[in-house]
This record gives sequence, C-alpha cells and structure tokens, in this order.
Amino acid sequence: MKTVEEINEKIREGNVNVVTALEMKDIVAELGAKEAAKEVDVVTTGTFGAMCSSGAFFNFGHSDPPIKMQKVWLNDVEAYTGIAAVDAYLGVTQLSETLGMEYGGAHVIEDLVRGKEVELRATAYGTDCYPRKEIVTEISLEDVNQAVMVNPRNAYQRYRAATNSSDRVLRTYMGTLLPNFGNVTYAGVGELSPLNNDPEYRTIGVGTRIFLGGAKGYVIGEGTQHAPPFGTLMVKGNLKEMKPEYLRAATFPGYGVTLFVGIGIPIPILDENMAKATAITDDQIETVIIDFGVPRRDRPIVRKVTYAELKSGKVEINGEEVRVSPLSSYYMSKKIAEELKKMIERGEFFLTMPVERIPQKEVFKPMRQKEIKVVKSVMSSPPITISPEASIEEAAKILIENEIDHLPVVNEKGELIGIVTSWDIARAVARGKVGKVEDIMTRKVITTTMEEPIEIAARKMEQHNISALPVVDKDNRVVGVVSSEDLSKLLAR
Amino acid sequence: MLLKLKYDSRSVRAPVISKVAIEENALINIIEAKVEPRYGEIVVEVDDEIAERVAEKFKKYGVEVRKLTKSIEKTEKCVDCGACISVCPTGVFERGEDDRIVVNEVKCIRCGFCVGVCPLKALRLPE
Ligand code: SF4
Ligand code: SF4
Repeated sequence: MKTVEEINEKIREGNVNVVTALEMKDIVAELGAKEAAKEVDVVTTGTFGAMCSSGAFFNFGHSDPPIKMQKVWLNDVEAYTGIAAVDAYLGVTQLSETLGMEYGGAHVIEDLVRGKEVELRATAYGTDCYPRKEIVTEISLEDVNQAVMVNPRNAYQRYRAATNSSDRVLRTYMGTLLPNFGNVTYAGVGELSPLNNDPEYRTIGVGTRIFLGGAKGYVIGEGTQHAPPFGTLMVKGNLKEMKPEYLRAATFPGYGVTLFVGIGIPIPILDENMAKATAITDDQIETVIIDFGVPRRDRPIVRKVTYAELKSGKVEINGEEVRVSPLSSYYMSKKIAEELKKMIERGEFFLTMPVERIPQKEVFKPMRQKEIKVVKSVMSSPPITISPEASIEEAAKILIENEIDHLPVVNEKGELIGIVTSWDIARAVARGKVGKVEDIMTRKVITTTMEEPIEIAARKMEQHNISALPVVDKDNRVVGVVSSEDLSKLLAR
Repeated sequence: MLLKLKYDSRSVRAPVISKVAIEENALINIIEAKVEPRYGEIVVEVDDEIAERVAEKFKKYGVEVRKLTKSIEKTEKCVDCGACISVCPTGVFERGEDDRIVVNEVKCIRCGFCVGVCPLKALRLPE
C-alpha cells in the first residue's frame, strides 16, 4: 500500500519509478501484479483523438466605452455570450459564418494557441452602463484576461466502432464510411486510454491533475454522457499554457469541425489492484461495431469486437475481411504518455487524489420527445398506381386527373417495380414516343416505409434530388406515396 | 506510368485512345476520365517501357500529355490518426513500426479519394 503523498515525496526526491501504460503490461506479465505494485509508482496513460465536446471560456476585458456583448464572433465563428458583458464560451464545433466547415471554433482555438491574432466582432443593444453597440478589434491569447479550456466530454474510455451497410458513401463523425460494409472506423486507444487503466475510477475523479493540451489541467467531474464502461471526463486547463501540437483543429468532411485533444492521466499505483488494473490489454477491452447505414438513434449492432481486433487493421463482417481505420492517433497518444512520464520524472508534475469520485454506474438516457413523426401519418393512401403494361397516354391522364406528379408502377401482386413522373411523360411526349409505361419508367426506385421518421424520408429526397417516395411494406408492396410537400407541412423549417 | 491526357474541342471528338492502342499495340488502362462536349481530361496507365512512345502518339493526335510521376503526398499537418488507411483502394497507407502512418507511394493510382477524407487536410495530389 502506497499513498499519493508518498509517491509525491519520491517525485520530490527524484527517485520515483514511472512507466507508461504500455510498459506496465509487460512488467505485470513478468513480475505479477503484487511485485509490480512494489516496483512501479506511477503509470502514465495518453489519448489523442477528435473530441467534439470541447471549447474555451474567454474574458476579453472591457472596451471604452464599454460594451455588454450580446453576440460575439471570433474570426466569424460565433461564441456564446449569454454570460456577463465580456465573457464568452467558444465551442470547437461551431462553424464560421463565412467559411462553413473549412473553419470553426477548433481552428480559432488552434490559431490562438499558435500565437496568431483573431478578429473579435461583437454587437449589443446598449445600456446606460454599457452604451457601446458594436466593436471590431483584433485579439491574441496574450490580450485576453482568461482563456480557460473547459471540455464537457473528453477522453472516452471506449467508443462504438462504425461501419455502413447502405449503398452510399457516408460522411460521419466517425469519418468516411464506404458502402456495403466497405470499411470500419473506431476511436480511442484501448489499453493506453486513461479510464481503461482505472476502470473503477479510484484515482481519476474530481480534482485529478492531468496533462491537457500540453499543459497541466484538471478533471472537474464525470463528462456528459458518462455511462461506464463508456466513461467520460469533464476537464479544464489554462489555454494560455497549451501547445499547438496537442490541440489540432480538424474537419471531418461532410460532418463538421472538431478538435483533436491530447490528454494524459497519471495513475498512482497504490496497491496490487491498481497494478492489475493498469495491466489491462486490448484483447480485454470490448466494444461493438454499429451500422451507420441506419440513420436512427438505435443503430443496429453488427457485431462485438475487441480493441485488439480493431487494432489489427482487419475485422470480419459477414464472412468478409474488412479494413479498419483508427481515428485516434496511437503515435500521439504514446507520445503524450511518454511526455507525462518525463514531466513526473523531472519533478514538474505531482499527483493528486480525487476530492470526489465520479459515478461508477450511470445510464445514458435518450431524449424525451413528444412523438416521433413517421411517414405513415402524412402519406397519401391508398396509393394511385399503374401497371407496366398501361400506355404512356393512360399514365398522363391519371397524373392530370389526380393532380399528382408521381405514379408508382406495380405488378399484378401490387409489388413496386418502377416509377413514372410527369417529367418522364412530358419528355416522352416531347420526343414523340408512344408505348408502354415500362418503356419509360425508372426501375431503381428510392422508397420509404410507414414507420420511417419523416426527417429520414426528407433527407432521402434531398440527397437524391427527388420530390416523392413510394411507401412500401415488407413485401415491397406499395401502400402509399409521400411527397416533399406532405413532409414540409410537418417539418418546421 | 500514369499519363494525364488533355483533349481540346477538336481532339475530344476523335477516338484517340483506340487509335493509339491499336497503332502502338499498347494496353491502356483508364484510371480516371472527365469528358465534356468541348474538353476532356483522362488519366491512363501504360507500361513504363512504352510510355514515351505512347505519349508521342497522343501528341500527334492533338492531345496534350503530361506524365504523372508524383503520387500522393502527406504533409507535416498529419497527426498519424490513420483515418486514411481503410479508404484507399490500393492500400497505400499503413501503420508503421512506431505507430506512425507510412505512405507506400508506388501503390498510389491517384484516385484522389483520400484527399477528401483526411480530417487534417494533410494529403494532397501534386499536379
Ligand atoms: S487521415 Fe490525414 S492526419 Fe490521419 S493519418 Fe491519414 S494523412 Fe495523417
Ligand atoms: S489518391 Fe487514391 S490511390 Fe492514392 S493514396 Fe489516395 S486513395 Fe490511395
């Protein structure tokens, strides 16, 4: 049994024994947990990955005449200033109003940490004490009073890996997912990740001193969405002391801006159990691969998987070998663990015990919604359909009589085999074409189902640039039609 | 070797690739093509030994030819995350010994897909 005070004493004396989490696996394998606990005082961990739930508080100081900022932008990226006159919180995922996904809150933070100046623009309504209504100026990190990084959710213990069963390329926060299970992506660094090395959260809790973005920071509580073993941390640190190498702005194409954050946490080896905990290896860390091809909250689980399998670069899905991309940097994570080790060895970094522990049990609840609106409630039913044998003329007549633009083509069993639109007909007529519906129909039809949420049906139409979808049942029989007009009545825009 | 062919409004109407393939008895693999009514850009792959000859023939038919000797480049912006690994069709990216992401340039067919995937914008295809 050792205390953190005793370990700190060793750090002061310069005879502390610090190893990285990777080195610890070998030490425990060789000596056993009991001996390892005697030998090793501190195990350092590290992680470096995209952490969207990050940002910083700024206090800009007062202008003359003073302003009570009502809206504020840094390089055209809006920060939240509903907190006093010249305080604001800039979130990393906020997009530039002029550059969109090219530049966001994360880029502002990286630019500031690199020593660059950014444009500050603010507007206000004006009061007796704060008469000024707008201001435009340039600021750097040196100019602001405080720049405190406060990240509501960082350092995920483990995360669900992603794949894509659909037939399109998906651009997600889990990176680019190729169609038909073309690849798998995963985040986190498994056995090197801080929380995996202290899964009971004995030494990581409120007040734990950590390495954050190249500086010293602190854990201020469990993170949002904390749900062990998918634990998370809320952390803070002084942005002014951080290094750009460990805070890197990034854009996940088609998804948005995020910040790669470097975090390292030292784990005091208080006893045999802590030694055992830090000996955890990737093959003991499980997660699941989920299917982003299904755009719902509860995405189907494709299979269970360990971090060892993910790290190997290939996993099997439905009997096929699929290539895997990590999204977190092992290289940088290792570097952080090494860097933290050196800081402790040099006597620059002392350990703390948490002043409060974070929950070991917690569930991540879904959002309470009034109702999920589904296609069934807005579709036109029964559907007006046509047979492939019908003439083009007949189709034109039905479209006009019913004042509709889309006509699903069904066989004698009512199964969907194509669609004709008023545009198809107009084109056929313009070309002087006579014949059957099947000669001009589109055979590859994008469809929806009765239970599909209307947002998803709307996104399908948007993506395929179409204005209606046939609604089919599980036997591919047409049960209705839903048009973008039907949906726009319900979708608040 | 990869050749980039640029067609103008005249050459784009002629079956140039077929002519060159027949006359030079060359296998020409189309990697990438963008052909419009008045303009075209096609990247083809041919054996190194015959590249010179084939290029000359294309020029004779009024097509501008540029040899694409440069493949994908990874800049210092890279954080070695590995997001590019699984999206490259030919497996150019690999995790190296020290966990850095290494680039096997020779395998690159210049499809450009990875460029739009890297979150750090660390990849580029030199012209
Ligand atoms: S995706 Fe970009 S940053 Fe990540 S390893 Fe590949 S080149 Fe480097
Ligand atoms: S350009 Fe295409 S082939 Fe070359 S590295 Fe990128 S993805 Fe691979």
